[in-house]
Amino acid sequence: MDSALATPHEHAAHEEHEHVVLPQHRHHFETEEQQREAGSFGMWLFLLTEIMFFGGMFFAYLLYRNWYYPAFAAASNQLSVPLGAFNTVVLITSGFCMALGVWASEVRKKGLLVLMLILTTFFGLVFLGVKTVEYHEKYEKHHIPGDRFSISMFTNPAAYPETKDEKPLAPDMAQKTQIFFFLYFAMTGMHALHMIIGIGLLAWLIKRANRGDFTEGYVAPIENFGLYWHFVDIVWLFLFPLLYLINRHPLH
Amino acid sequence: MSTTTIVSLPDQSTAKMPKRNYLNNEHGLLSWLLTGDHKRIAILYLISITFFFFIGGAFAGLIRLELLTPQSDLVAADTYNKFFTMHGIIMIFLFLVPSVPATLGNFLIPIMLGAKDLAFPKINLLSWYLYVIGGIFTMAALVLGGVDTGWTFTTPLSTHYLNTHVLTTATGIFIAGFASIFTGLNFIVTIHRMRAPGMTWFRMPLFVWSHYAASLLMVLGTPVLAIALVLVALERTLGIGVFDPSKGGDPLLFQHLFWFYSHPAVYIMILPGMGVISEVISTFSRKRVFGYTAVAFSSVAIALFGFFVWEHHMFIMGVSNYSALVFSLLTMLVAVPSAIKVFNWAFTLQKGSITFETPMLYAFAFIGLFTIGGLTGVFLGSLGMDIHLTETYFIVAHFHFVMVGGMLMAFLAGIHFWWPKMTGRMYPESLSKLSAVTSFIGFNLTFMPQFILGYMGMPRRYAAYPPEFQVLNVLSTAGATVLGVGFALPLLYLGWSLKYGAIAGNNPWQATGLEWQIQSPPLTENFIETPIMDHEAYDYEWLANKTKYEVTTVG
Repeated sequence: MDSALATPHEHAAHEEHEHVVLPQHRHHFETEEQQREAGSFGMWLFLLTEIMFFGGMFFAYLLYRNWYYPAFAAASNQLSVPLGAFNTVVLITSGFCMALGVWASEVRKKGLLVLMLILTTFFGLVFLGVKTVEYHEKYEKHHIPGDRFSISMFTNPAAYPETKDEKPLAPDMAQKTQIFFFLYFAMTGMHALHMIIGIGLLAWLIKRANRGDFTEGYVAPIENFGLYWHFVDIVWLFLFPLLYLINRHPLH
Repeated sequence: MSTTTIVSLPDQSTAKMPKRNYLNNEHGLLSWLLTGDHKRIAILYLISITFFFFIGGAFAGLIRLELLTPQSDLVAADTYNKFFTMHGIIMIFLFLVPSVPATLGNFLIPIMLGAKDLAFPKINLLSWYLYVIGGIFTMAALVLGGVDTGWTFTTPLSTHYLNTHVLTTATGIFIAGFASIFTGLNFIVTIHRMRAPGMTWFRMPLFVWSHYAASLLMVLGTPVLAIALVLVALERTLGIGVFDPSKGGDPLLFQHLFWFYSHPAVYIMILPGMGVISEVISTFSRKRVFGYTAVAFSSVAIALFGFFVWEHHMFIMGVSNYSALVFSLLTMLVAVPSAIKVFNWAFTLQKGSITFETPMLYAFAFIGLFTIGGLTGVFLGSLGMDIHLTETYFIVAHFHFVMVGGMLMAFLAGIHFWWPKMTGRMYPESLSKLSAVTSFIGFNLTFMPQFILGYMGMPRRYAAYPPEFQVLNVLSTAGATVLGVGFALPLLYLGWSLKYGAIAGNNPWQATGLEWQIQSPPLTENFIETPIMDHEAYDYEWLANKTKYEVTTVG
């Protein structure tokens, strides 16, 4: 482990104790460096718990996709690839702006940092807007799990213009599309919830960045939020292929 | 290692209560409720978990009272279901999981590492609030009429067939789970980043090592419980069938997700207790813990293996024979690091200068009862035995031996051991020895008959049983009464000692840990200047030299 390094490093750090300059330095840390490392390490651990949290749903997806493959393929065909792809680009752009924001904070450019955080928020909101359109479409097609859920598009696809080329599913297999849509809503919903929380945090960060809090050498909140935001992006990068793309049109 | 014998407790007779300490540094309720001090948060946790312990204990009492007679006569069968459910939920999620880590761990880990506080004091406080909110939800469910799913929230029973307060309870457990995640996260970061100069990984006390392993489990396991509970809540509210076989869902999937947390949770509960035992055994036999490195790594090994045994809860649920074989083997492998610990404690005792203070009595109780609990776990891990014994009182006895006989004894050992440090005062020695012995006798009387009952086939979770089981059940209830007295006594005399106990002094046990080298109760900032660690953990020669030096300079 890092024990061999810790001793001389921390001795040196101990002597520097008098020269602490940042007002954000908390007294129980010996040095700013220690504070920054602790914060970033804590954030990585938190993201690890998030992976485990989403992991439960990915596990369920894996199981049911294996069991109810035809239902998953048919239901997956009802998702809009253009909208999903558009959203993927939007989210990557948002992540890019966030990365530039971290850089702006490190090189102490306040105006650029604020601009980048606003752009990050903007693209985040666009993503959620598109997601709302997609959810609304599911509502109209009776594809939201629950009492209103209807399997008629899967048992009798010929009756609908958008599915007229698909093969019908047997009723019991068609029932299983509800499990796909449940997982779709649970996974994308949980992802959207993380984005909403992120956007709330962004509003707070923008306010503080505008005061100049993060461009005087104290970049930890921006860095750590950046890690969180990139994590949310990465979750989507798994959701998009799993839900929208894999074995799209195998029934033709 | 050489040993040193302590004849008297030198600084105790002349000790005075330090004028300034973390308890009187600030005054008023708000100074407690908004504190960032890890020691104060530990006290907040201690008060809350004690409250929940006695609520859970009351339900245990009611269960044993009902089982005094073969018929279900005290309460109706469905009320009995609520009793054991509330007992399990409160004891596991609101007492055992936070018991040692959130109180003793919170209090001691920064001090043992030579740090001023945990890495994230505000998150630490947040963790306590989340715990309390989770507790309030659970209490609300209890007051509104309880929940009767069993603590395991088994689907589709919990999602489709019960009209009790499953959602309220699940919300409470979900929230309390985040308290546990934040505690674990704080510990890991603190242990990695906040060690004092010279405090290398292999100079850390074993208490810290075991908390590190338990924290890994908290951080990696708890989120999986969280998602399982979210799915239960969604299924219950929306009626979709992710766990409901009539709609194509798989109830076994819930079992996988639930036990992926809840089996490691057993190690979340027991590992910190093992850390306490290492400290206590070493201190009262005046020897370095035998095989320090092996004990340290066995904690990590338990955490690691602990993640790969969950399926043994599902052997009778139609899992594949081949996977059952693998999980059976892995289950038995956990016994190896556990045995490494027990044997090393035994070798620590060998040729030590053993004294029998109360914490040591509790530690002996731990070793004996944990060994029985652990070995019966191997019975249950073997496939054939498991099919006979699953869902009987054998299992109930097995996990109570580990959780009560192991963890609760370790908790009480730790509370007594560090009570002088936390409060600055000693507990009354003879009364506390009496309570240790009472708990031990009461415990065995309660749970030994349950092994026999289970082996004879009495199923768990029923209010009524065939009359031929009555004798053993009466014995068990009698034992529970004794056990209740054994657990109520510390509450009384520890409360008494807060005001009337003898002043403890800095190091009443002549122990080597950093926490014993500072004043009791400690300063808010723990150390006046950052300590530099220049010796191994449990180095009694170092302590003797230090004391000699102090005496010569003073004298």
